[in-house]
This record gives sequence, C-alpha cells and structure tokens, in this order.
Amino acid sequence: MNRFDPRRILLTLAAPAMAIVFAFIITSLVLLAAGDPIGETWRTILDVGSQPRSISLIVNSATVFYFSALAVAIGFRMNLFNIGVDGQYRLGVFTGALVGGAISLPRPLHILVIVLVAMVVSALWAGIAGILKVTRGVSEVISTIMLNFIATGLIAYFLRRVAVPVAGSNNIGTEPLPASGRVGGLSLIPDSPLQIYGFIVVAVLAGVGYSVLLNRTRFGFDLRATGSSETAAVASGVNVKRMIVISMLLSGAVAGLVGMPVLLGEAYSYSLAFPAGLGFTGIAIALLGRNHPVGIAIGALLWAYLDVSGNPLQILVGVSSEIVTIMQGVIVLSVVVAYELVRRYRISQEQRRVARQLDEAAGPSEPREPQGVGV
Amino acid sequence: MSSGLQTGVEVERTSAPRRRITLPIVLLIIAGAILLLSLVRVITGADDIASSGTLNAAFGLAVPIGMAGLGGLWAERAGVVNIGLEGMMILGTFGAGFGGYQWGAWAGVGLGILAGALGGLLHALVTVTFGVDHIVSGVAINILGLGTAQYLASVAFVGKPGGGSTQSPPIPDLPSISVPPASRFLGDIEQEHWFFISDVAALLRAFTLGFSALGIIAIALVIGTYFVLWRTAFGLRLRSCGENPYAAESLGVNVYKYKYYAVVMSGALAGLGGAFLAIVAASAYRDGQTGGRGFIGLAAMIFGNWRPGGLAAGAGLFGYTDALQLRRGGESVHALLLVVVLVLSAVAVLQLVRRRLGPAAIGAVFAALVLAWYLTTDEVPGDFTGFTPHVTTLLVLALAAQRLRPPAADGLIYRRGEGA
Repeated sequence: MNRFDPRRILLTLAAPAMAIVFAFIITSLVLLAAGDPIGETWRTILDVGSQPRSISLIVNSATVFYFSALAVAIGFRMNLFNIGVDGQYRLGVFTGALVGGAISLPRPLHILVIVLVAMVVSALWAGIAGILKVTRGVSEVISTIMLNFIATGLIAYFLRRVAVPVAGSNNIGTEPLPASGRVGGLSLIPDSPLQIYGFIVVAVLAGVGYSVLLNRTRFGFDLRATGSSETAAVASGVNVKRMIVISMLLSGAVAGLVGMPVLLGEAYSYSLAFPAGLGFTGIAIALLGRNHPVGIAIGALLWAYLDVSGNPLQILVGVSSEIVTIMQGVIVLSVVVAYELVRRYRISQEQRRVARQLDEAAGPSEPREPQGVGV
Repeated sequence: MSSGLQTGVEVERTSAPRRRITLPIVLLIIAGAILLLSLVRVITGADDIASSGTLNAAFGLAVPIGMAGLGGLWAERAGVVNIGLEGMMILGTFGAGFGGYQWGAWAGVGLGILAGALGGLLHALVTVTFGVDHIVSGVAINILGLGTAQYLASVAFVGKPGGGSTQSPPIPDLPSISVPPASRFLGDIEQEHWFFISDVAALLRAFTLGFSALGIIAIALVIGTYFVLWRTAFGLRLRSCGENPYAAESLGVNVYKYKYYAVVMSGALAGLGGAFLAIVAASAYRDGQTGGRGFIGLAAMIFGNWRPGGLAAGAGLFGYTDALQLRRGGESVHALLLVVVLVLSAVAVLQLVRRRLGPAAIGAVFAALVLAWYLTTDEVPGDFTGFTPHVTTLLVLALAAQRLRPPAADGLIYRRGEGA
C-alpha cells in the first residue's frame, strides 16, 4: 500500500485537479449567462491570495473548518454520517460560553473547563444518535438532522433566559468571558493587521491525534475495519455496536471544538450572531480531503479562500458573492464524481494487470488452469 | 430480499398479519382524532386547537411539506435516497419567483417545477450514472441549490420594483376556491362550540375557506402517486428498482431509466413544494423561505412508512403543529400536551392488556411526566413548539423503527450487471 508509485500519486491528485478545472469552467459559464464580467471576477478572486489581511482571515476560517471536517471524517471512516455536527457544535459552544462566563478560575484551568464542557455536551448530543442507532435501529442520517433542529430550538430558548445585551448592538448573548477564559492570538502573517487564532495549535494537534488514533492504535484499526466491512469486523471480534457509540461520541467531542477558536479568540460570548452552518461546511471539506488529515487541511484552506474571496466581489466588481457558493458546490460534486471515476479506472487497470500477469505465469500458449496450478 | 417483485399491493415481509388500511378505517381514525381534539378542547377551553382557521392554515402549511415528502417517496421507492430535497425546494422557490412575477402565477408554478426537476436530474446524474454515495450528493446539492438561488436572485431581482437580492417582486395570486354560503352555515355551528359536532363543522369549514388551486393539485398528486406507483406496471417496475434492482434487471427492467424517472420526478415535486411556498404562502420568492421544510418532508415520509397515505398524515400532523404555533402558539400547544397524555395512556393500557409490562410501564411513565408538565405550566415556549415535528419524528423512529419498512435496496449503489 505504502510503496512509492508516481502513477498512483498522479491519479490521486488528478481527481481534485479535474474538479477544480471543471468548477472553473462551470462558474465561468454561469457568469457568462448572467452577464457578469468573467475576467474581472477571477482577477478579484486571485488577488485575495496576495493580501496579508485576507490571508489571516483565510487561515482563521480554515482553522474552524478543520475541526468541523475532522469531526465528520471520524464518522465517515466508520461509515457513519454525522450530519449533526452543526447542532452538536452550536449546543457545545453555547454551553461552554454559558459556563465560562459564569465561573472564574485561573487562566489555563478556565480555558480547559470551557473546552471540556463544550466537548462533553457536543459528544453527548451526538451520542443520542449513536444510542438510537444501536438500540432502535434509527438511521443516524435522519436522527442527526432532527437533532440539529432540536438544538436550534433549545439554544434559542435558553439563550433568551440567560442572555444579556451585547455591547454596541441590539443583539443578545451570553455573559462575556473574563480575561482568564480567553486565548490570545498569534501574529503569524507578516504585515497583517489581524492575528491568527491561538487555537490553531489545537487544530494541528487534533490533526496529528486523528492520524495517530486511526493508523497507530488498535481502536483505529477496528474503526477502519468496521467502516470497510462490517461483517469482516464482526468475524474478527469487533463489537460493532460499541464501536458505533464510541465513534459518535468521539465525532461529537471533536465537533465541540468547532466553536472554540471563535468563542475563545474573538467573540468571547455566544450570541445570535455566532457563526452557524459550519457543520455542513465540514461535510463538504471532509469529502474534498478524503478524510485524510492533510487532505482536509488543504480542503479547509481552499474553502476558506473561496469564502473570503466572495467579500470583495460585491464591492469591487459588483458581482454577487454567492457565485462563490456555486463554485464550492460544483467543486464538491465534481470532486466526488472524479474520485469515483478514478477509483473505477484504477480497478479496471488492476484487473488488466492481474490478468496479464496470470497469462505470463501460465505461459504464452498453454490454456490457463484453475486453482493456481502451474504457479 | 427477493420479495420485491410480488404483484401484491403491499410487499409483506413480516409473518404477522397486518391489517389493511381501508377507507372505513381511515374514516374511523379521523373520527377518533376529532373526538380526542374536541374532548381536549372542551376540557382546556383552547378553542383554537380545532378551529376552522387553524385547520385551514394547517393545510396550507402541510402542502409544501407533503410535496417534499412525496418527492422523497418517489426517489426512495426507486432506491435513491434524496436528502437534496431542501436544495431542490430552494431552486423551486427561485423558479416560482422568477417566472411568477414576469408571466403570472401559473408560469411560476411551471418554472418552479422545472427548476426542482433540474436539481433532481443532477442528483440522478451523480448518483445513478456516476454511482456516488446518495447522501454525499444530496449534501452537495443542498449547498449548490442555495448558492444558485441566491446568486440568480441577485442577478434577476435587483432593481426590479419590489425586488432585491433576497426577494423577488410580488407574484400575482393563484385562483383560490371558497364556498361562502357553506362557510357561513358551518361557521354558525362552529361558533356554538358543541362537543364533536362543532369540530366536524370546523373541519369541513376549513375546506370552504379560501383554498388554493395548487393545494387541490397537491392532493391529486398524492392520490395520483398511489395509483401510479401501486396500481400500474410502470409503478411496479419502479418500486422493484428500490427493492431489488438486480432482480428487476434480470426481468429486463432498465433500472437506470426508472431511477432517472423517479429522481427527476422527486426534484419536480420538491420544486412544486417550493413554488407553493413562494406563490401561495408568501406571494414572492424570499431568501431562506424553505426553512428546512425539505428535511421535514423527508421526516414525514419516514413517519408515513414510505407510503403516500401515511406521508399525507405525517405532513398533516406537522402542518397542524406548525399552524398551532403560529396562532396563539403557547396556549394551543399547551392544550396539545393533554392530547399527548391521552394517547400515551391509551398506548400504556393497550400494552397492559397485551401483557407487555415493559412498554406499558414506559408509556405510563411518559404519560405521567407530560401530565405533570401540563399541570405545572400555563404555556409551552414558542421555541419548543418550533421543533415539535422533529421530536415527533425522533420518537416515531425510536418507538416504531422495527415496524417501518423502507425499500430493501434504499440508498444502495447499483451498477448494471454487478449483481451477486
């Protein structure tokens, strides 16, 4: 599997490259049909990459997306669709903000408590779907979608009960975190007026942890085995039900981190204006990155890049920023199609290669014998 | 697994005999529901829970949910899971706004259907032709549908009178049918608040108050779907693709073709649901108009056990809770708690009679809890009533998942000639 094969790497890169080119063509066609300036739109989008301020924004968004995609990817590796990352992270960050604003502790401990509360709440919320699946056979796709809506209602209800007015707006939010519960930023990008979330360190650690957990532990092996073939996993002694609940809890716990960079590094309180819908972005990015920790990072950066590049479009060229959403949607769809086409191509190549080798082994003129005779 | 090609009306898998749901049984269920509601109405004095206004609003809210659910039904009966319904519905709202303000309401309906069908075609292309996972494709189509509608809206509606990047110019109304004399007569009976009789009058009166032509088409589509899918050779073949595509293939059915038909139809129905929202409910396209109704439609379909009748009941139930919430929400939904108590108690007693003590105890405990909630509060918070459909779906799935029967090959990827 791990042997270096340039053809293999080329094929792996071919799919996303094809998808981006395809998305470029489709988006240009849409712009053309709508009568918007094509050249200027692309130039504006490309320019975004050279501005330090935009780069900071991209890295910050990508950090948030990374957690979300990682949470989804844990489920994916196990053939579980955690569509509920969205509700899980919002419930988690809301509770974390609530607890964090109410207590006062010394610095590292305060932050730790907030993060743990968020992770536990998100994990438990995801766990409901896991329990329903193993005890009652309820598809996690449907249950997590429903739990998203329920989370929205619960948050709205409790927010109204505990909220205080957010300073300088007519928005309401939780009590702001004291200084001991905040994570400072890092000045990673030269010349940028914005700082990078300090939480990016945790994102990197989470990526490494994900990789180690899946590839270097028995649990990770069981998880991947169950994802590849449930029957084979059962035969080798894996308790699939237990695995489902644990992976849902784990996925939810990572989902609890999604809101943390923004809460601890920028907003300091959960208000109605807190970013929503990040869970769905995570699904798309996990698909782009093929559940690979590095792939997801690249996918998150690409997604964040497109997101950020939408802003100047409206102002500079007069093109609606939603053209970027179209491009993101096309990229996801074409990436999954391209991966599927590459996979099929690989299988047919493999079959051809095996057939050729068998022919050679059997000798040029002799008829092939069944059951390995003559090997 | 091979039972998919039986020619019966219903493919039975369980050995336990299941009662066929016939017209008298349906009428009995409706009568029972009215009886329950009027009992609760008399006890609580919350007149709105069975008023003709509420029921009329409930129907209007049930139509888009029902159309999305019917879309899901078509796709899943052919074995393709469609969680892209929400995106297709959004495309439908845009199509309706675009066509509606320029060429009239019916053009809006047509373009809404067409826009939804295009979304369905894309889903079919990705899942059927390219064999991509159905959920993955659905998620992507939801992203794409939203972005496309928002982008096109800002191109098409900005600068038009009454329009903007998040709203289309107003759409003219569709014809609606109302029967004033009958409505007045039934209204008099309803005003008396007699037990049961007034409630029946309210139910009938709901259908005499302004009733959109598109609503009638929606009812016809539910009934039509039943006849097409369960009473024709076309429908049998289509459903066989959802039960066992390889068996269908061996009998010469072009599975790809049927899946395409089903998924395009699915998108068209979701688009129609979106068009109803834009034209009838709001008289304009608005950004975020669907509000997750595509997902609720999917829930209604599951609630209805992948059958048109059950789906209509589910959509009706969700539309009803929605209507209650909009009209004096807290008080009405609070009264509904008593309905839940009565239903749960009935379930508990039924289980006790059948000597199944465990489920009976669970039912009794929950009934007691809800009763306590009812007695200790005066209102249910509006935020809670908003997710009533979703909690209902979770409960139904948790309690009845073993009795639900999705199509056997639902969500599986089919490649021609690769049957085991």
